[in-house]
Amino acid sequence: MTKAGTAVAAPRERARAVRLPRRRGVELALIVLAVLLSVYGYCAVGLARSGTVPPGAAGYGAGLGVLALFAHVVVRIRAPYADPLPLPIGVLLNGLGLVLIYRLDLETPGDRAAPTQLVWSTLGVALFIAVVLVLRDHRVLQRYAYVCVVAALALLLLPILFPAVNGARIWIRIAGFSIQPGEFAKVLLAVFFAAYLAANRNALAYTGRRLWRIQFPTGRVLGPIVTIWLLSVGVLVLERDLGTSLLFFGQFVVLLYVATGRTGWIAVGLVLAVLGAVAVGRLEPHVNGRIEDWLHPFATIEAGLGPNQLAQSLFAFAAGGLLGTGLGLGHSILIGFATKSDFILATAGEELGLAGLAAIILLYALLVERGYRAGLALREPFGRLLAVGLSSILALQVFVIAGGVTGLIPLTGMAMPFLAQGGSSVVTNWAIVALLIRVSDSARSQYDGQEAP
Amino acid sequence: MARYIRHACASCVLLLVALLVNAARVQLVQSSSYDANPANRRPTIARWQQPRGDILVGGEPVTGSTDTGEQLRYERTYRDGPLYAPVTGFASQLYGTTFLEHAEDGVLSGTDPMLAPLPLWNDVTRRASPGGNVVTTLNRKAQQAAYRGLHGRKGAVAAIEPATGRILALVSTPSYDPAELSGNSEAAASAWARLNHDPEKPMLNRAVRQTYPPGSTFKVVTAAAALDAGVVTDLDGRTRSPDPYRLPGTDTRLTNEGDGCRDTTLRDAFAWSCNTVFAKLGVDVGVADMTATAQAFGFNDTRLRVPFAVAPSTFDTHVDKAQLALSSIGQYNTRATPLQMAMVAAAVADDGRLRTPYLVERTTRRGGETVAGGGLRPERQVMRPSTAVRLRELMTDVVREGTGTNAAIRGATVGGKTGTAQHGLGNAGVPYAWFVSWAQGDDDPEPKVAVAVVVEDASADRGEISGGGDAAPIAKDVMRAVLGL
Repeated sequence: MTKAGTAVAAPRERARAVRLPRRRGVELALIVLAVLLSVYGYCAVGLARSGTVPPGAAGYGAGLGVLALFAHVVVRIRAPYADPLPLPIGVLLNGLGLVLIYRLDLETPGDRAAPTQLVWSTLGVALFIAVVLVLRDHRVLQRYAYVCVVAALALLLLPILFPAVNGARIWIRIAGFSIQPGEFAKVLLAVFFAAYLAANRNALAYTGRRLWRIQFPTGRVLGPIVTIWLLSVGVLVLERDLGTSLLFFGQFVVLLYVATGRTGWIAVGLVLAVLGAVAVGRLEPHVNGRIEDWLHPFATIEAGLGPNQLAQSLFAFAAGGLLGTGLGLGHSILIGFATKSDFILATAGEELGLAGLAAIILLYALLVERGYRAGLALREPFGRLLAVGLSSILALQVFVIAGGVTGLIPLTGMAMPFLAQGGSSVVTNWAIVALLIRVSDSARSQYDGQEAP
Repeated sequence: MARYIRHACASCVLLLVALLVNAARVQLVQSSSYDANPANRRPTIARWQQPRGDILVGGEPVTGSTDTGEQLRYERTYRDGPLYAPVTGFASQLYGTTFLEHAEDGVLSGTDPMLAPLPLWNDVTRRASPGGNVVTTLNRKAQQAAYRGLHGRKGAVAAIEPATGRILALVSTPSYDPAELSGNSEAAASAWARLNHDPEKPMLNRAVRQTYPPGSTFKVVTAAAALDAGVVTDLDGRTRSPDPYRLPGTDTRLTNEGDGCRDTTLRDAFAWSCNTVFAKLGVDVGVADMTATAQAFGFNDTRLRVPFAVAPSTFDTHVDKAQLALSSIGQYNTRATPLQMAMVAAAVADDGRLRTPYLVERTTRRGGETVAGGGLRPERQVMRPSTAVRLRELMTDVVREGTGTNAAIRGATVGGKTGTAQHGLGNAGVPYAWFVSWAQGDDDPEPKVAVAVVVEDASADRGEISGGGDAAPIAKDVMRAVLGL
């Protein structure tokens, strides 16, 4: 802990010893590549649809490029040791998402989502820059753990005051903008969980009474965190945002396991998850319908009602095959409602094929892996848990959505990180990447001038 | 703690691997079953995503495609739709395809693997090839002549090039415009309903899908059988046939329209279409030989495709002598499509050889490279060449001085046979007027065209009906168009 602290505080001493490669050049090259790929996709859509390069291609490329360059410069100045991969991956996924949304906009002339998404992406990158600039050391966040949890609960409760949209009370609408506060709450809760578990992990791991094989911690330590967790999940269930509640559940179990090293937590978590899932699936008609759809995706066709969204999504993926139809040449618009948000992956699957889909999933996997790697390299528990928490949020979210639209698990309405239409989601994910950059910078700079890890 | 982080990371990786495996399942393993799901609109969209290939007559397309800008993007258009409808059929976004549009759908829609320059690679990319063209054997002028001749009447014309089996004309009236069915709008649906409820049956392809009693035109077949079997050896010898002829085993007496059929020669019996003579000839030849000859001509063949299926023409093989007598003059259960009767004339014209008729000369890629050629169809010997020579003589006499003088063409040798087929309950219906013929220009080495014409409602007055009066002029026009005279 102290060594890591001095390393950050005393940069001059590093010059004499072995220097870690900072790889900022690699990051820049990858960012350029990511921007070029996005512009290429944008042009491909235009060429496929109308035979001409879309008029906004240069502006779009310049906009995305300038944003990415700003972020890069800030990282170069303020987090020079940071992992070079998360930022280009974020740029590429966000750029690809913009291309896909622009492509779907062409089929729905009345509803253009790409310009709004571009505004939100700009806000997201701005937040990224702000976090990297302002937050000099992630450990500062530890102090604000309780502020975070109060803010998170407030954000979660806020949508209850607003009318439901499509059966879920997870949006608030102000002046034409709709915001999903639950998205921000998940980062705040990750901070709180990491801080609380880092402070109390010994108490959780080694005290308490033993019941049969599992050692349960004392209520005094476990109580507050379980209360917070139950509260947030309860609110989400009330709001019918089951995807996010599943996410919080998973994140909590993973963090508890990593903090205490007790396999029992996983067992308890899984048992509770199964019980909860069965109960909700039985009692809640909305969820029950989703499970029925998952088990029998073609039931509505057999009933003569035409294919439902999941069936249409499966058709879209199947139409893509190995190499896809090519950008702009698919028909994922047939899925109907939520093509640009929940089901955007179906467009990727149809038009980029399994090859493109695998590439996207591998990008997410890489981002998650880099987060875990930063966590591993750190030497203090808060940073470690924070990195693990944020990475596992990403991994779980990708799994829940991608698994839902490809029929692996029941569908839960959630946004594919960076890719999907949704302002709150894009902004939140840029905040997550900013935190990962900050954590990885600390992780790698602590070794500089010393023996490399 | 590091160990647990690794465990957590491993489980996250596991989740993402599960995603990849499942994606591969959906996109590769099960994709074909999803693609084939009837509720999946993508195949339909893909099908109309690009312009359909064209059907060509005389080097000119008679079809086209128009870009509607809708989800089902390209709609079929037709030039001279009603004229070519019995050949092209329709290609409708709502009601599927028929005739050439159906039989050559793979080429026209671009799904035929032969169209792809690199078939295996195209399987991987699933890229559609542009629709190919179908070059027909039709003769534009002959088709127009036939359609003009039938105008306003119900009937059909089929014309064949005897030496090759190429179909030169295929007309059915009343016709319809297949373009009315192309789209997926209300208009297409109402046109579909109207055409299907029309008592005139405009969508019925009378040239290949409707069988008629061939009447006296079937006497060509009976004569061929009699000559081949040696029942008659001399065209000008007496045939020893009574008038009226009592059908064997019954009290029914068969009579003739005119006089002078008793014991007459085959030449005169053929020229004046004596029922008694040919009924007795059929009985003398016997079921076995009559059947063999009729089937050699193509009767009872259920597999004929040109390339769309042709309704089988029938010659009943389980008959007593009285029924055989009637069958031999083209009545009882004997039924033939106009195309079948054109084949009969073609076999006579080509020295007893018959080639399976075909309508598609070749199919090409969009650019014009040939994908598959029509090629010459195998020929079969229907009768002895000498029999064919004698039949040509008989048929020429019909046109020169018999019932078929209306078909005579200056500058050409024309052989024909008229027919008037009774039908309906108690023969109450308006008789069908038939004419089958072939023609050879004076400068041509061999006959160039064989035609069959049927007119269903030639005239309201039964007595006036005759193949020679109503059907022969149409055949003449078609033959002149082919011969260029």
